[in-house]
Amino acid sequence: MVSTQKDPVLAVLSLSGGNDGIHTVIPYANPLYRDFRPSLSVPEEQVLKLNDEVGLNPSMGPLKKFWDEGKLAVFLGIGYPNPSYSHFRSMDIWHTCEPDKVGTEGWLGKVLADLDPNKENVLTGVNFGRGLPRALAKEGVPVASVGNLETYGLLSGIQGEERNNALDVFGRMYAPTIGTGYAMDYIRSTGIDALKGADILATAPHTYTSNVEYSSTDVGRYMKNIAQTHLADFGTRVLFTTSPYNGFDTHAAEATAHAALWSDVSDTVETFFADLQDHGKAENTLLFMFSEFGRRIFDNGSGTDHGAASVAFAVGDKVKGGIYGEYPSMERSDHIEGGNLAPTMDFRQVYATIVEDWFGLDPVPVIGGNFEKIPFL
Amino acid sequence: MADQDIALMAHLFRRAGFGASRDDLEAYAAKGYEATVEELLNPETQPGVEEDLMLRYNQSFRESNQARDQQWLYRMVNEPRQLQEKMALFWHTILCGGNTKIDSGYEMHRMINMFREKGTGSFRDLLLDLSKNPGMIYYLDNSESHKTAVNENYGRELLELFSLGVGMDEQFNYSEDDVKACALAFTGWNIAPAYPPFPYGRSQWQFRFDPADHDDSVKTFLGETGRWNGDDIIDIICKQPGAARFIARHMYDFFVADEPPVPSWRQTPPRDMEAIKTLEKAYFDSGYNIKAMLRALLTSDFFKSEDVRFAKVKNPAEIVAGTLRLVGDHREIKPGLWEIAQECTYMGMNLMDPPTVEGWHTGYEWIDSGTLVERVNFASEYLGQTDLPGVQSLVNHLMALGESLSPAQFVEGSIDLVGTLNLTEDTRQALVAHAQEGGDLRHGTEADRAEFTRRAGEMFQMIASTSEFQFG
Repeated sequence: MVSTQKDPVLAVLSLSGGNDGIHTVIPYANPLYRDFRPSLSVPEEQVLKLNDEVGLNPSMGPLKKFWDEGKLAVFLGIGYPNPSYSHFRSMDIWHTCEPDKVGTEGWLGKVLADLDPNKENVLTGVNFGRGLPRALAKEGVPVASVGNLETYGLLSGIQGEERNNALDVFGRMYAPTIGTGYAMDYIRSTGIDALKGADILATAPHTYTSNVEYSSTDVGRYMKNIAQTHLADFGTRVLFTTSPYNGFDTHAAEATAHAALWSDVSDTVETFFADLQDHGKAENTLLFMFSEFGRRIFDNGSGTDHGAASVAFAVGDKVKGGIYGEYPSMERSDHIEGGNLAPTMDFRQVYATIVEDWFGLDPVPVIGGNFEKIPFL
Repeated sequence: MADQDIALMAHLFRRAGFGASRDDLEAYAAKGYEATVEELLNPETQPGVEEDLMLRYNQSFRESNQARDQQWLYRMVNEPRQLQEKMALFWHTILCGGNTKIDSGYEMHRMINMFREKGTGSFRDLLLDLSKNPGMIYYLDNSESHKTAVNENYGRELLELFSLGVGMDEQFNYSEDDVKACALAFTGWNIAPAYPPFPYGRSQWQFRFDPADHDDSVKTFLGETGRWNGDDIIDIICKQPGAARFIARHMYDFFVADEPPVPSWRQTPPRDMEAIKTLEKAYFDSGYNIKAMLRALLTSDFFKSEDVRFAKVKNPAEIVAGTLRLVGDHREIKPGLWEIAQECTYMGMNLMDPPTVEGWHTGYEWIDSGTLVERVNFASEYLGQTDLPGVQSLVNHLMALGESLSPAQFVEGSIDLVGTLNLTEDTRQALVAHAQEGGDLRHGTEADRAEFTRRAGEMFQMIASTSEFQFG
């Protein structure tokens, strides 16, 4: 292993679908909030107040505890210029830091390349869930992507000595070849990485013991897998998972759906850190949560449509708790594109901080420019 | 039978269907390429899968969530009308609706059936039916879009993902104002009853146009001004060059060779512009007819070309259904198919539940270390089961090659029969080296037959686990 147990580790939970920032960090003291959200505003007495202006949604009780302990950073007005309202495109922008063209390399893929330039460890980055998010994609960077940690392994249908023979042939058949094109090269290197990573990862559930119980949702299951992998000391530095796709796309029936989503996420974050704490592995862990965009300022009767600026969160022992950035103005004259919050913070500012102050790497090539850091670490 | 005829027929069935057994390929090759294409294009000339049989064994196959994946996989494997079934999958990967939200096996069945029945007709009719499909209305919140409170979800996705795409030839195909006009035109396109299945249980939804909830104002859409309703919007969409380009590119990507991801289509030109122009011409010449485009595609030189054979990464449904068709399992209704249908999900393609309205990322993006492990494990496990009729047939074909096979002959014969003709030289060598450890193969005695069969099963397994097997 190239790393030690004290190396900084980043866990990312992507909240897919466009989390309603206004309904998450509620500007309860702003009268415009209630004017524009007739069907969806939370009564002031139920808001979990962070200061005289904003507070958390009542479903986020466990996260409020992290706030009280000074371990929760809240990023307000986060987004990027000329927002895209397409789920796919906007998520891609967050993943690649390329707002103007379609990027193929992810910011975390570049981080992994810098952390492990000689590819000594195929498990430096691990994703949990179906398919690899583009954030982790970079040519030549191995990232294990695990749908089910319990059954992960190659040619698992063949038993005994024959399986070893088969795996041996597999290794030779997936050796790099010349002139067969990108897709074939990619698949072969993926096969070799899978071969190496699978046997290591398969041990994680067996060495894991815990006193906590994660929820049985996908978020709970994958955050547990993140803890299992982190606790197994494979030298994994970046762990990524995505909440069920487009779950936060609350065009309709938002009040109940959003509360259920955040209740699950908040409970899981609490369980996750309790688990790490029990094993003395919380200190070097930073959790970052974001969504591809926020939602329209005006509710549509039962939900909200795609919007621009939203909120994001960082949680961890090393996080300097507090509110970062300005809540975007809700005044009509300040709305962009027919009723959206104008971003006041660029997500690349947060990324720059993570890359430089958490991983000790040069952020400029990773995020494609100079962005003023946010002092939350 | 000339090998190149078999190879071309295998290519046709990998693309226009879910693969075919060796015996079927030989029968089709005898019939001829053009005749086979016409048979595929005209499903009514074929008997369909026996629905009453499906109903007898699985009474809720149209309704239950559990049955929906299972019955679709059964159709992919057994439907004689292979292109019709492939087109249902084609449209499902583009005109995406998902059960996570719709939460109704019946509505999903109805949506996929719409693709099955209308998928090779007029694109205009298909978009119109789609806009009236209750599952879609609910999926993209048009049921929540009202004259006084417009929900733009359907209006936007109709343009971005279902008909035009963001742009082509570096130009944008529509503006934000067009999205708003489109969404306004579809106000009042709703379902009755529009309430969710809880707490009173499911009720069958029906399309209902509510004139009182429809915005009847004058709108400007893609440069045309009028009192547009939803069907007018679809008429305007269908005559755009962008619509022709959009379908042509999707068709090329699905049937011919992997294109770059859809969001980059505005900036990135097609891989084969001449092919795209051929398909665009068929679209306009035929009055937006999909079958005419398919005929132009399947009979074209660019489709038959050796250059595009194995140029596509198989999608998970193709891996799963194609493997079952090759090994000859689940040719009749029996338990266990639901569990197999879940394999598609493990490989990243939860049928009837695409990750987002954008659908699945295709091409090499199907593959990551997790999904590759699933693909390798699934296909190799089935190809190794020598008691399955399809595998037995492959073994028999292999034995028919001669009384004694050298390791090299054995490997070449196995590759040909499994149909993975794109194996690179280094992969062949690795397989031959492996086969040489066991020496020559004979099947004269009972004991030799058993050993031959065991080694053949093992060889098929190794071929199914190659990187080349991932291409179709």
